[in-house]
Amino acid sequence: MALIETRDLRRVYDLDAGRVVALDSVSLDIDKGDFVAVMGPSGSGKSTFMNLVGCLDKPTTGHYRLADTAVERLDADGLARLRNREIGFVFQQFNLLPRVDALGNVELPMVYAGFDRRTRRERALHALGRVGLAERAHHRPMQLSGGQQQRVAIARALVNGPSLLLADEPTGALDSRTANEIMALFQELNREGVTIVLVTHDAEVGRHAHRLIRFRDGRVTEDHRQVPVDARALAREAAE
Amino acid sequence: MRLIEAIRSAFSAIAANALRSLLTMLGIVIGVAAVIAMVAIGSGARNLVDQQIRSLGANLAIVTPGNVTQGGARLGAGAASSLTDDDAHAIRREVDGVVAAAPFVQGGAQVVAGGSNWATRIYGIDRDWFSAREWDVATGRTFDPEEVRRGDIVILLGQTVARNLFGEDDPIDQIVRVRNVPFRVIGVMASKGQSAFGQDQDDVVFVPLDAGRRRVIGRNYAKDGSVGSIFVKFADESDIEPGIASMTELLRQRHRITGEQEDDFSIRNLTEIANTASASANTLSMLLAAVAAVSLLVGGIGIMNIMLVSVTERTREIGLRLAVGARPRDILSQFLIEATTLSTIGGALGIGLGAGAAYLVAQLAGWPSLVSTNAIIVAVGFSALVGIFFGFYPAQRAARLDPIEALRRE
Ligand SMILES: Nc1ncnc2c1ncn2[C@@H]1O[C@H](COP(=O)(O)OP(=O)(O)O)[C@@H](O)[C@H]1O
Ligand SMILES: [Mg+2]
Repeated sequence: MALIETRDLRRVYDLDAGRVVALDSVSLDIDKGDFVAVMGPSGSGKSTFMNLVGCLDKPTTGHYRLADTAVERLDADGLARLRNREIGFVFQQFNLLPRVDALGNVELPMVYAGFDRRTRRERALHALGRVGLAERAHHRPMQLSGGQQQRVAIARALVNGPSLLLADEPTGALDSRTANEIMALFQELNREGVTIVLVTHDAEVGRHAHRLIRFRDGRVTEDHRQVPVDARALAREAAE
Repeated sequence: MRLIEAIRSAFSAIAANALRSLLTMLGIVIGVAAVIAMVAIGSGARNLVDQQIRSLGANLAIVTPGNVTQGGARLGAGAASSLTDDDAHAIRREVDGVVAAAPFVQGGAQVVAGGSNWATRIYGIDRDWFSAREWDVATGRTFDPEEVRRGDIVILLGQTVARNLFGEDDPIDQIVRVRNVPFRVIGVMASKGQSAFGQDQDDVVFVPLDAGRRRVIGRNYAKDGSVGSIFVKFADESDIEPGIASMTELLRQRHRITGEQEDDFSIRNLTEIANTASASANTLSMLLAAVAAVSLLVGGIGIMNIMLVSVTERTREIGLRLAVGARPRDILSQFLIEATTLSTIGGALGIGLGAGAAYLVAQLAGWPSLVSTNAIIVAVGFSALVGIFFGFYPAQRAARLDPIEALRRE
């Protein structure tokens, strides 16, 4: 059963300079448990697609169902709830709160889910453990490396147990070795059952996914399954 | 998000920009300080009036010899006095609304009992004194009419004098000597405590008017029944003004003063003295109220300004919060709580400053001042309201941000 179903999804920006069709008739199904890489040149509509899938934006026309919920029917609070429960975001710039330690950052989605402090602590610690940062729980973002910050962000994305992890250029701000570590983490999470949709312009990164979708001018131009490379094997090779 | 946590995170946001926050609060600090000082000074002045009335007696005027408006120094009380017993009797008889007219003489005296002696003030009074000053004995009795008429050598002691001369012993029927005249103690006055101006009102003794004039206080009074001053008590505050007018008329007649001639006495409304203090306190209060209003407004605008800056600075944070599931109203309340926390901290600082200012004014003006809990509650409430009111617009702007736009902002 498809977790994501889009039908003729279209997003148009009306600007003074004219109208921009950022996304044009995108109909895609993405299955639960899949690992999808979205690729394409800059301006091809990848982020627009992710924002719609992530319920941060609404399509101009078309339909979108996430986990059997018709998203276009939801109001602002309904969208907030869906983002909170069903979706975890990972951004290129990490977007951690600078004044709050790793634990506090990971707790944030649970604050809006209404969990009490103790539950939040426990779950946040567990999520930090999953990304291998249990020892850094009380470090602030400034005291962490880029790769570690991105791990904290991934822990934050996972902590409410979402059905979908969305990552827009998650390795864009990292060096290739750290990027590979992050990809290994994604693959591991995917093996544990997390559905992942990842935007990248880096072909190396794209090779880690099971399915590759290519955009151009707001349309899907390519969509195929592939045999992913194993990030851990890659790391071992590099070490030898 | 739970309120306590919201407040805690508001505190950390404020602390992150401590100096900026402090400067922002300044308007609120000054505004609240003005409110606190205003209320404290206002109630202090009211207290002063109350205290004055309590210690002197309500609706009281005093007639003194000589005229303060005459050029040159005013005649000291007890020099050649123009006022007499008969003036007092006439006032009591003929002026409407007068319930008591108490002529008296006063002086300093050394009071001796056994081995102890004590320097104090001595008053020669008649029975009207007790009703005029609303002052009675605590033990023993006051003078009877015969004692006053004859000028018997009996004496009433103030609490301080009784304590200093007799300690715990009962002074009634003991003999005390004043200028070597043996007075028999017939009563001890009730305690009046301090006057509004800090004098010990219990450091005093009373003798019948004639006894005082003839035996203790002095030559000047001895002839023709003259007295130092006359306390006149009226039934009601509204009687005082017309009463003073008719007393003036009456005394001019009795003293044969005609036409352009100056009065040889003066009359002062004692309630008015207290009221004058209260009026200047009111003026000060109005001034402070204006300062408070302006400062709170300026402070509110300052908070609005800094919150707008904060919303702009933290646009990405807002976007992130929206992305992880904050509803617009969560963002609204976050910024509203932050603004309110800011203004309330300012209010708390203002309370401290205002209490200090009130204390200072009290010291300088010699007024009692009171920082009431009510004023504190009102001040805190006010500053919180300022935060909510002026924080609302920035908070609403934050809540209406588009998450994608917000996340993209640098
Ligand atoms: N908020 C916006 N307003 C106007 N045009 C936009 C906006 N966001 C994206 N676009 C346009 O939509 C197109 C797709 O953008 P985007 O999805 O960000 O591309 P990508 O992520 O693939 O680089 C681009 O032409 C871009 O200029
Ligand atoms: Mg993009």
